[in-house]
Amino acid sequence: MAILEMQRINVYALIKYCKDILEDLQRKGVIQIEDVNIEDSVFYKEDTSSIQSSFLRSASCAKDAAEILCEFVPQKKSLLSSFKGRTAITRKEYDTFVESSQEILRVAYDIISFKKNIEQNKAEIIKYESQLESIKPWETLDIPMTFDGTKTTKAFIGTFEDNLSSEDILLKLAETIPETDNISVDIISSDENQTCVLILCMNKDAETISDALREIGFAYPAYLSKSVPRLRMKEIKRHINNRKGRILEYTNNIKSYSGTLSALLFLEDYYIMKAERYSIVDNLSASAHTFVMSGYIVKNDAENLKSYLESKYDAEVELEDADELDVPIKLKNSKFTEPVESVLKTYSYPNRREIDPTSVMAIFYYIFFGMMFSDAGYGLVMTLVCGIMLLKFKNMEDGLKKSMKMFFWCGVSTTFWGLMFGSFFGDAISVISNVYFHTDAPNIPGLVSPLWFNPVTDPMRMLMFAFLLGVIHIFAGLFLQAVIDVKNKEYLSIIYDVVSWYLLVLGAIFALLSTKMMGDIAGFTLPPVFMTVGLVMMAVGAVIIVAFSGRESKNPIKRLLKGLYGLYGATGYLSDILSYSRLLALGLATGVIAQVFNQIGSMLGGGIFGLVMFTIIFLIGHSLNIGINALGAYVHTNRLQFVEFFGKFYTGGGEEFKPFRINTKHYIVKEEK
Amino acid sequence: MSEILNNSGLFFALLGAAFATFFAGIGSAIGVGKAGIAAAGVLSEDPSKFGKVLIFQLLPATQGIYGLLVAFLILTNAGIIGTPKDISLQTGLLYFAASLPIAFAGLFSAIHQGNCSVAGIGTVSKRPDQMGKAIILPAMVETYAILALLISILSIFGIAAM
Repeated sequence: MAILEMQRINVYALIKYCKDILEDLQRKGVIQIEDVNIEDSVFYKEDTSSIQSSFLRSASCAKDAAEILCEFVPQKKSLLSSFKGRTAITRKEYDTFVESSQEILRVAYDIISFKKNIEQNKAEIIKYESQLESIKPWETLDIPMTFDGTKTTKAFIGTFEDNLSSEDILLKLAETIPETDNISVDIISSDENQTCVLILCMNKDAETISDALREIGFAYPAYLSKSVPRLRMKEIKRHINNRKGRILEYTNNIKSYSGTLSALLFLEDYYIMKAERYSIVDNLSASAHTFVMSGYIVKNDAENLKSYLESKYDAEVELEDADELDVPIKLKNSKFTEPVESVLKTYSYPNRREIDPTSVMAIFYYIFFGMMFSDAGYGLVMTLVCGIMLLKFKNMEDGLKKSMKMFFWCGVSTTFWGLMFGSFFGDAISVISNVYFHTDAPNIPGLVSPLWFNPVTDPMRMLMFAFLLGVIHIFAGLFLQAVIDVKNKEYLSIIYDVVSWYLLVLGAIFALLSTKMMGDIAGFTLPPVFMTVGLVMMAVGAVIIVAFSGRESKNPIKRLLKGLYGLYGATGYLSDILSYSRLLALGLATGVIAQVFNQIGSMLGGGIFGLVMFTIIFLIGHSLNIGINALGAYVHTNRLQFVEFFGKFYTGGGEEFKPFRINTKHYIVKEEK
Repeated sequence: MSEILNNSGLFFALLGAAFATFFAGIGSAIGVGKAGIAAAGVLSEDPSKFGKVLIFQLLPATQGIYGLLVAFLILTNAGIIGTPKDISLQTGLLYFAASLPIAFAGLFSAIHQGNCSVAGIGTVSKRPDQMGKAIILPAMVETYAILALLISILSIFGIAAM
């Protein structure tokens, strides 16, 4: 439970070591590098954008090549591969990879150019095929389609839109130009959409006939074959076969590289790493022979790094404690509470003036999640799934790993509360033994009967317990506010903002519980003396709140009004506490829906058919219930933390510590220590 | 006439169960439908966000389930499922009244939670890192469905114990 102390680090070194130092820092991943703003006659900033973009180009080239390879050589991809994370390689493997990087890049270019050729050939095939299509109706024409006529005749080769016979055409021509004759019309082919014709006439009539033809709907074909169509078709078919052969050849070429996939993926990583290293150079300032670098480092790592840089590179390293508001935040928590950091991150990191609430939050988080999900069977499923995943995929990404661990603990808590409330896949054991064995289930504590009590039969007790947890949660939040006040040395604020509310809320609870009405609901009544004590506490608390919650205002009237407004915040406490009734409602929802599915499943009776149906309904129904209620429990646990708990003390707004490190996609280099 | 009325206790209990599934179900259907349309839009741009937008689409689904839950409790307690019971007119009407909170709070909260989910899907499509915050906002709306569910459940248990 701590925000780690940070130090500002300044490194001064010779420029000849710059590359090596950056590579070392990237591998260690301990410094968040900040921009050094020195630019004068001595120090300048190097522009590396062109180098960066050339590396990024190589990276994307490797990526494209890998994708092409995957397209041609399908890879087995399991459903769980997203859990796998990055493959770990040793330093030695890394170095051998790097040595062959130029070669792999050439392979990448090869693959891309093969792919390009394939695309090109495919496009050509499509072109030829459409030519073939348009030439097909002319197959029986035994002269080239560009034939123009002889010395004395003129030829028209073209199409009409309808299915016409030569008589139809002659008739139409006769109607338009009755005085012209000596026209020969040959139908080459015809179908319902078009008629292909060869029309011959005398040279002298060429113009009139051309005009007349246009009038009656004659059109020249879009594609003209310079040779006889039949021969042209043969030629085109040869071209197509030729292209197909080439595609096959290129495909085989690509397939022959199937073994290089991992190298290509590595290459992508390698160039991204390089590009990132150069992007860091933008933040440095360099002179002719030296450079300056500045950043933040966790205090515990600082001395190590300092001596490393000083001994290896003869660098000068300056360290100073950093405690300003804009210093980045790194949290440190125990293994049990650390997973909840990911939830905290979705809200906001704490700022430098606050404390890290993770550990307090984690305990309540696990408890609340378990109470809302509250089924031993579901909890076991969740624990087992998360546990197996964690064991099987050791290289899982950090964020995912944290979530898995969190749900592992949530599962443990769910199992615990399930046993307390006697729910195991709802009332599965009772139903099964009633329907299939015709006896009552053996009384197994936890699985059949509750270890503590059953919220379905005793909801009021559960409601009171939920409110009790709510009050504890809210009071824990107020307590953390007090801790923050101590940290910032504002001791009086503890009385004004924390103790006052403790008095008011506790007093109100005492007073309410000693009335008969609330006593009936809760099932017990406090002795009347608590009424007096409670009222006194409330009065003291209220007075403090009215007097001091507006203490920033100098104007006394304004201060009083602000104080009264502060007291109005009491309604907030009421609704906050009532909000914890969702612990009961969601818990009941899980349990009762589980029972509903068991009951539906058992409706078909005890035969073989009934057993099969029961199994199917059981599996589908409970999976559904797990899905929807785990989501509900997650969302509403978050809400209780973010609204009811954080509302009491937490503002956040800190920036996460993001060290300069290797940010690869596929591989991660394991450092020998 | 009075005989018909006296025998209609079971009818009102069933009407209550019907109301709970019917109205809360409509609300969830509308809410999930709206969120689904928005989610499909995001998927057309970036299919990798499926997991995230699916969660948003599911958020307004709970009201329908709460309705189902209340309906089922009424059906079992009124003896429509399981061993038949003699339900007086008064008890039947009480069951009917008990179904109203989840029926109507479910209907409206699911619709508005659906709207809120649509907005959340928009947030996630632009800033996937803000998932945690975006998911809390629709969850706020659900609070009222949960409160209604609580009152419905407590009422049914109370009636059954009478």
